Order: sequence, then structure tokens, then C-alpha cells
Amino acid sequence: MITHTHRPLRVVLYEGGGSIPLSAEARATVMAALLDKGYVVTRAAAGSNAMPHDDRSLVVLGVFPDRKAPALEDVTGTVSIEAHDITDLAPDAILSLVEKMRGEKPMNEPGKWKPWFPVIDYSRCTNCMQCLSFCLFDVYGVSADNKIQVQNNDNCKTNCPACSRVCPEVAIMFPKYQNGPINGDDVSSTDANREKMKIDISSLLGGDIYAALKDRSLAARSRFSKERSPDKALDERKKCLTKLVGDGFIPMDVLTSLPSVDEIMRKAEEAKAKAAAALAAQK
Amino acid sequence: MLDNLAALRYGRRVPDTPAILYCRCAYAQVVPQDVKDAVLQKLCASGASFDTVSDLCEMAAHRDPRLKAIAACGKIRIAACYPRAVQGLFQQAGSPLPQVGVEILNMRTQSADEIAAALLSTEH
Repeated sequence: MITHTHRPLRVVLYEGGGSIPLSAEARATVMAALLDKGYVVTRAAAGSNAMPHDDRSLVVLGVFPDRKAPALEDVTGTVSIEAHDITDLAPDAILSLVEKMRGEKPMNEPGKWKPWFPVIDYSRCTNCMQCLSFCLFDVYGVSADNKIQVQNNDNCKTNCPACSRVCPEVAIMFPKYQNGPINGDDVSSTDANREKMKIDISSLLGGDIYAALKDRSLAARSRFSKERSPDKALDERKKCLTKLVGDGFIPMDVLTSLPSVDEIMRKAEEAKAKAAAALAAQK
Repeated sequence: MLDNLAALRYGRRVPDTPAILYCRCAYAQVVPQDVKDAVLQKLCASGASFDTVSDLCEMAAHRDPRLKAIAACGKIRIAACYPRAVQGLFQQAGSPLPQVGVEILNMRTQSADEIAAALLSTEH
């Protein structure tokens, strides 16, 4: 599980009093390099606003007179502050410097994981619990006050926006999705007409689609183990899944990781019971 | 020396001036590269202080407490993506953005010029 604590530093590009500002080009290049690596970066210019700090270590970078970074200490003693002079350092060298200061502390980094999870638009959500009943991966749950909420976003299958398509209110967004309204774009009257986007849930929850896919997936796995040919197994899976993947609403890795039909039915029953209990409690 | 580091630490802010937040959307390439690069360049060419994050979605996924600090800073202008998504991300992370004083610019649909002008506008 990745946690927020895995962003151990806040980098401050200091260009306030007592420092010499960078060129705009150098500033942009350095900031982009740090951001693309996963860092949080603040540009602090003289006399204007920056956001307050939290309890993370602060790395202050600046071009200082005589190339001497000042020694800094947090008066409360709670935050460690390290200042470094970056005079004449190229962006790559600055990034290396920050990486060196981070040391062995782990950090979330772009490219290693995609933040893919549903985001509920509560201004549209009617708490119907359809998403809870639909999702087979326990992403959704119910809060103490019986409201639907995303509880296990790590369980969500990357690139699978299927639950957003079954939401009758178009209230589920995936911000990293390409197209609207799933990506958060405004919901048009056409979008609100869910008939074209709806999936037959009964067929998905243990019905023909899943059963057929599961059988095909098992067959593909069996062939894989007998022939020990990853290519053949992959080809077979691709053939089986072409239609649904081609339709664009269920990515391949979701299909290949489906639980057994019995498990699907059990989960569906559990979710149904949970949703029914939450709905009953609302009345 | 280092006059505004204290402001950074304790959140002292110039009254009524909106804070600026830029999201790089570094974990997935859904924001056009040319737009996000151009917005960053324009911010860097200005005299403004601003904050940048690698990816708001990633922060929301992990309920990063920095989101709370962002939501609590009063007036703010955010360059990210669809406003509905950005508001949902903050809310889902337990740090809803305030109802007033928040302006969200959409780098997926707006031009860099338009976004930079709004971010750096002196009209509050």
C-alpha cells in the first residue's frame, strides 16, 4: 500500500529576499523535472503567497550570494529544513541533488502506478447503491451514516470504468479517463439518458457474459500450462476478449482476474445485502 | 533574509490574494503536454509565488494531508482538469474545497493563455 507519507519532501524554489532569482526558463525546467519525478514544489517569490507547510522535510533551493545557502532551523523544531545553493547547476544536477537529499526514503513516483479509482459526485449521487451491488472488487462500501463511499480504491482495476456506466445518475467519475462525462466533464442531457450506457447487470453478475469469459479464460490458462507458450495463451485470451475490450468498457486485466462464478455470485449476494441494509436504514 | 519562509511555515498570507496551485498530472497523460508545459512556463515567467503538485489524483488516492492545507487556504485558483472531478477528489479525500473563493481552470479543455491569464489575474 502506497501512503501519503511516501512523499517525504517539499521542495521550495526560493526566490525571495536574500536570493537571486533564476531565469524563467531555468525555473520552468527545474520545476517540471521535479514534478515529473513526483515531488511537490513551491516557488516562493518576494512578497507573494505560498501555501502553509505540513510536517514534511523542507528542501530550500536558491541562488544565494557567494554561493552560500543559509543555515535554517524551524523555530518549533518540528520540521527539518535544508537549504542548498544551486548556482550554475543544470536541471539534471538539481534533480540529482534533491534525490540525494531524499536518500533511501521511499516516494510515490509517476510511471509506477496509475491513480485509477472512482470519484463520486455527491451533487448527483442519489445513494441508490447500484455501484455497490455492481462492483465485484469491494471498491465501494457504506459509511456509518449509510452513504455510499469509495472505501478501497486500491482494489479498483486500472482502466476499468464499468461502475460509472451503470450509475443511473452519471455520478461516478474517473478523472484519468479520456472521455466525458466519466472524466468529470459536464453531464449533458444525452449523458443523463443512461439507456445507451447501461449494462445488463444480471448478465454481468454471474450470468452469461462472466460465465463464458471465465470458461474461456480457464481454457486459455489450461492451454498455457500444457503448451507452456505464453504467446499462444495470450493470443487465445485476446480472441476471447476482443469484443468486450473492443467495446471499451472492460479492460483485459479485469477479465483475466475475475473470480470464479461461485465467488462472483457470493460477492453479488453480499453486496446486495449490504446495499439493501443501507437503503433500509435510510428510510 | 529568507523573509517569506516564515510565511511558508506558518501560512501567513497576503490578504485577499488567491493562492495558485498547479497540478502536473504526472501519473497519467490525460492533460495535453503542450498545455501543461505552457501554463507552467507562464507561471514561471510571472513574479508570483505558486505551489505545484505532481498529481492531485495520486494525492487524493492516498488522502494526502496536504489536500487539507490546500482546501483550507481560502481563496485559491487551481490549474488542473475538470472542475467536477477536482472538487470530487478533494471531497473524497476528506478535504472538501470551500464553496466560494475557488476557481478551477481546466487544462484539458482551455488554452494555456486563457488559464495563465485567469491564474495571474489581479482581480480578486
